[in-house]
Amino acid sequence: MVLQNELERSDLMTAIYLDNGATTPLHPKVKEAIIDTLDNFGNPSSIHSYGRTAYHVMEEARLTLKTYIHATAKDQLIFVSGGTESDNTAIMQTAMSRKEVGKHLITTQVEHPAVLETMRFLETQGFEVTYLPVSQTGEITVEQVKQALRPDTILVSMMYTNNETGVMFPIKEVGELLADHPAYFHTDAVQAFSLESINVKELKVDFLSATAHKINGPKGIGLLYVKEGISLPTLLHGGEQEGKKRPGTEDITGMHAFAVAASQLDDEEKLRRKELFKEFHHIIKQTLTEAQVDFSVNGSEEHASPHVLNLWLKGVPNNLMLMRLDLEGFVISTGSACSAGNIDPSHVIEAMYGKNHPSLDESIRISFGYGNNTEDVTKFAKALASVATQLKK
Amino acid sequence: MADNSKTKVVVGMSGGVDSSVTALLLKEQGYDVVGIFMKNWDDTDDNGVCTATEDYKDVAKVADKIGIPYYSVNFEKEYWDRVFEYFLDEYKRGRTPNPDVMCNKEIKFKAFLDYAMALGADYVATGHYARVSRDNNGVTHMLRGVDNNKDQTYFLSQLSQEQLAKTMFPLGDMEKPEVRELAEKAGLATANKKDSTGICFIGEKNFKEFLGHYLPAQPGKMLTVDGEEKGTHNGLMYYTIGQRQGLGIGGGGKTNDPWFVIGKDLATNTLIVGQGFHHPLLYSTHLKASGIHFTTNEAKPTTFKCTAKFRYRQKDTGVTVYLDETDPTKATVVFDEPVRAITPGQAVVFYDGEECLGGGAIDAAFDGETERQYV
Repeated sequence: MVLQNELERSDLMTAIYLDNGATTPLHPKVKEAIIDTLDNFGNPSSIHSYGRTAYHVMEEARLTLKTYIHATAKDQLIFVSGGTESDNTAIMQTAMSRKEVGKHLITTQVEHPAVLETMRFLETQGFEVTYLPVSQTGEITVEQVKQALRPDTILVSMMYTNNETGVMFPIKEVGELLADHPAYFHTDAVQAFSLESINVKELKVDFLSATAHKINGPKGIGLLYVKEGISLPTLLHGGEQEGKKRPGTEDITGMHAFAVAASQLDDEEKLRRKELFKEFHHIIKQTLTEAQVDFSVNGSEEHASPHVLNLWLKGVPNNLMLMRLDLEGFVISTGSACSAGNIDPSHVIEAMYGKNHPSLDESIRISFGYGNNTEDVTKFAKALASVATQLKK
Repeated sequence: MADNSKTKVVVGMSGGVDSSVTALLLKEQGYDVVGIFMKNWDDTDDNGVCTATEDYKDVAKVADKIGIPYYSVNFEKEYWDRVFEYFLDEYKRGRTPNPDVMCNKEIKFKAFLDYAMALGADYVATGHYARVSRDNNGVTHMLRGVDNNKDQTYFLSQLSQEQLAKTMFPLGDMEKPEVRELAEKAGLATANKKDSTGICFIGEKNFKEFLGHYLPAQPGKMLTVDGEEKGTHNGLMYYTIGQRQGLGIGGGGKTNDPWFVIGKDLATNTLIVGQGFHHPLLYSTHLKASGIHFTTNEAKPTTFKCTAKFRYRQKDTGVTVYLDETDPTKATVVFDEPVRAITPGQAVVFYDGEECLGGGAIDAAFDGETERQYV
């Protein structure tokens, strides 16, 4: 028997992709860059011409990304496998190296699981963690951090842009606050990396995490910025690579691709995208309003990155909505998958509205990115309004 | 072949071989197939291991192989409210419930069917061994699965005309070995997966332990009909009429025959035991049932002859059904010859040849004028 698998799968790729918060398509220039480097297979640690050529590509990539975040030559930029490893390294290794100084850490209730679960693990190891709550609009204030700070606080970890609502946290103000405190400051900038102009000096962060696949680069490569003068012990043990901070033969292709992906994003392009995404918000909200769909936007729209639009479609089960749209060729997301493929209600929405709030089962995340256009978003908005009307309880 | 591509069929996929092949067959017949896994019970253990997660992985593997979209939905709350509460209540009343009948009626062919319809489905399909046949008058008849050994109409007997009209059972014409063979040929990951046994939420766990977790067990006396004490029982809910295992008494007595549960007295918390598989108190001549329901909406005469099953995989017995004149959801079912171990709480299911007519829940068994002391 012949099943037409391949055909179906290519059909799937024609679906309109509005889940850029989860991951993003490769930018064509990144794809080209990947192919270009594949033959450059040398090991950058090797003491011969192949090694030197690979080393050159690696250091060029590092320099490009350092420039992208306004790091100086003396700052460290460590390539890691992605956002999760970057977050884990910053948090775990700070805890390991500073446990004599203090055992208190501060984070928020709405971080990515890579941060939250690491914190929870540390709690089992004798550390104390304060999880700052958010307001109903998903926001947090610098005052909250100030209140939670203690002399024995060794780390504050706060995301730059929330992955589910797009709400942005006052990183610069917190950086300012912590300038006079021995606690290190880490920000998970994974969701901010494509639209914000990132300046680690202005933000006064000690650590910053980012990953290539959220900015139209490939999976499997991320970075951890570590401020000059801070020496974190390594999470992994092995060779001398990455200043002994991240052993393992380097992924030259990934590093280069990451740098090329970042190079597509100058301030002008970021501004252009923000404007476009705001227009997308407008199209969707207007279409829903015209169709008399009862909805509200989750999270502050004022202090948010426009690449995310999180909607509470009142009375419309979100899992059913996701499936219906998927089958009609539109891709969005709801919470995150948990056991047996079920969807756990979003911990972010829960932190905003509380347990058992109807919005937990009725909220969807639409996230925009490279390649989305007005025409596709208009089509999507119509489908969304139509399905919402049909599914309304 | 008919063009089925515009007909959307949502298949309830459990991660077993039957529902895997159901999806495969429909896909081969050109239907627009979507696979959905139902998570009805959370059995996550202390290590975070949950059988549902393993089963869902199998659904993903199979659906991926076949090339159909697949999703997972959660009906834990519906299952708890509509099946599990009933299950516990029945045990509290000293009866032996049939949660699979209830699960089909309330979950698979209600909550799930509604969900599938909201998803835009024309039909739902499951891997049950049963057949549906739609006649010229627009009536859907449910027939026994061709594999007599696997026929599952007993569990589907509470389905209504409205539910059956939207249902497909692609395995109804097949024998189980053929199903495995098809799965094997198509390289489906579940081809050699062991059939699930017992009640889904209990799985491989110890039944006694499971039930004891939810209902307090009240040990009591174990007596013969003559009032001779034969020891203690662990709680009436652990015993079913006609059961031999687990009594902890061997031979002896008048005949040296093995001992069986021949009755229960809920009021005094007594388990009544007797010797011999064919103990006369295990036999009844008729029963009373409630919740009588017919799969077609056609009116039935108040008295009719048919065959019946009183438990799953039992041979049919000839019966005469007398529907209550004032309340046709109640019936007296008279057997052509005495039947052993009629169990309150189980389903009585009626058949006319191949067709499953429907059925109800057994409330009491009788021998002539005398009600058997079964609850």
